[in-house]
Amino acid sequence: MSRSNIFQSIQQATQSIPAEAKTPLPDWKPGDLQSAFTPQDQADLWEVFKDRFIAVNGKVIEDTSEFQDILQSEPGSKLYVDPLVFQSIQPLAEGMNLEICQTFDVDHVDDYPISVTLAAGIIAETGTVIIKENQTSSRLSALAPWTHITLVDKRTTVYATLLDAISDLADDPYVVFITGPSKTADVEGILIEGVHGPGEQICLRI
Amino acid sequence: MKTYQPIDAFARDAEPEVKASVYSTSKAKYDKRLASLSTGFTAPDDLRKLAGQIKQHTIEHLDQYLEQAVTNLENNGAKVHFASTPEDANQTILGIMQSINASRMIKSKSMVSEEIHLNAFLEKHGLESVESDLGEFIVQLDDDMPSHIVTPIIHKNRRQIATTFEKHGLGDYNDDPETITRRARKYLREKYLEAEVGLTGANFLSAESGRVAIVTNEGNARFSISANRTHIVLLGIEKLVPRDKDLALYLNLLARSATGQQLTVYTQFLNAPKSADQPDGPEQLHVVFLDNGRSEILGGEFKSILRCIRCGACLNVCPVYRQSSGHAYRAVYPGPVGAVLSPLLKSNSYPDFADLPKASSLCGACNEVCPVDIPLPELLLRHRNKSKIEHQKKAAAGTPPLGAWAELCSHPTLWKTTLATGKAMNHLPIDKMPIPPIQAWTHSRELPEFRGGKFRKWFKQRKS
Repeated sequence: MSRSNIFQSIQQATQSIPAEAKTPLPDWKPGDLQSAFTPQDQADLWEVFKDRFIAVNGKVIEDTSEFQDILQSEPGSKLYVDPLVFQSIQPLAEGMNLEICQTFDVDHVDDYPISVTLAAGIIAETGTVIIKENQTSSRLSALAPWTHITLVDKRTTVYATLLDAISDLADDPYVVFITGPSKTADVEGILIEGVHGPGEQICLRI
Repeated sequence: MKTYQPIDAFARDAEPEVKASVYSTSKAKYDKRLASLSTGFTAPDDLRKLAGQIKQHTIEHLDQYLEQAVTNLENNGAKVHFASTPEDANQTILGIMQSINASRMIKSKSMVSEEIHLNAFLEKHGLESVESDLGEFIVQLDDDMPSHIVTPIIHKNRRQIATTFEKHGLGDYNDDPETITRRARKYLREKYLEAEVGLTGANFLSAESGRVAIVTNEGNARFSISANRTHIVLLGIEKLVPRDKDLALYLNLLARSATGQQLTVYTQFLNAPKSADQPDGPEQLHVVFLDNGRSEILGGEFKSILRCIRCGACLNVCPVYRQSSGHAYRAVYPGPVGAVLSPLLKSNSYPDFADLPKASSLCGACNEVCPVDIPLPELLLRHRNKSKIEHQKKAAAGTPPLGAWAELCSHPTLWKTTLATGKAMNHLPIDKMPIPPIQAWTHSRELPEFRGGKFRKWFKQRKS
């Protein structure tokens, strides 16, 4: 009932505007949006991504031992490793005092201080990591732990711009662009990280 | 004083602490916005105009785009509902919850849910509805109203929040912002996991794909789309954009205009229920479209207000908002956008809000910062005109009677005589006279010396 009433009311309104008075749909080109993204930036998208991800308080790790230091900071705890990155991560985490888990128990989400999942993509322009439904085995595993690490490897698509990444969403049911740790400034405008999501957002490339 | 408009009276009586915090936060946001737009783009003004045109085109062809969006949403597996009024929307959401025997909802920030007073409605029906945005959560604990579209507790300080947390058993008094945030994290995490239903708003909906774009910095929308089996998206019918690529334009402008960020921390695209092998997330996806007077606005002289993307930039820049705070606007949408929109929403009554369009100096700053180039000052003037024609009583509040002035202006001899006697005023203690309109002026300013009659003299003596 509501549906047809609302459509009828909208049609009445749109039809009351003379055709020649209606605003045509303007087209725009990628270049219109990228003016500050200079061509030399394109030369090494990883370097640009790194700078911009760090600028939004993300961390970038390119060194195995630095990654292992982070794992060692939570001795005796559970480490969630997405089955999609297990092959790369398991050898690095082996022998540490950690229980490596490939399933994420939603009844105990706070038992995992650290998780590692796959970066489906990165965006250089904005310093963003992309996670996609079909490349993340559990949505909550990438959200609930304090430290969320995304692995960048050859499966990770590197996008120059936000527009490029949006043009490639395909029919994935749920895609998240992550640009830094979870944050708020609700209390007196003071920046606090780690509100509901990770307080540490790390991008790992080894 | 009799000559005050309601909003002036509110500003006069507001706590100095509230005024100071609203002023400093909104100014800081304005400065960040400017910096992020001018370093990000060489011609940000062109983008604003482009975004305005695309939105204007969309609303002028809303029937087509809405049809397209609904078809795509349904093909993607979502169930689509339409609600003419807030009551319809509340009933629809209640119906969804009852159909799965749900008793708990976790909510991300949504201005439309404020518009329909969803929390109060669900509570009345014995259901729990918990706000998960930190600011909205505090508003809910205090049984208060948000006072800003983006930063709902801009009017509160840490001491007030600490007292609220203590009162509600969230720990001993502690006003450290980090402790406040950690306590909310712990408490709300349980609520996410307990709730059967998650609800979010939508920042944009692409007609081309049926894709919903939702942004939050805290991650609360992500939780509401990951921890529950049923998800509801509640949005106004005007939230559409034609193409997916337009999302890139609007997301760039929204983050910069709202918070001065290049991109909001979590920018998510929800397209369908969860995939079969994904353990987390909604099996059922419901999309509820609310009209509440929007389709009527579409047919009239205020239609361009439907371009609004709720960034709050017009609030942050507005001198009246900065002095009076959001609660002065007595409605869900404050600031210049609220002054235009609130009188028009179906659930509000025009006469009750007819004074809001007067709460502006028409300085034009709101139009200059608007990412979709809404001609807000022009719309405010149209409201003033409409109110005058309809003899809206509230719109006349604070307007001094001008009957004597009109008499004077339409009788040249009378005018001439008055000019001659006007000079005598310079020798009278005008500021001490008990005439409210004059007192309102002399209270904070000095009345300039009367120098009338010079033009007439010059005009008479000039050679043609």
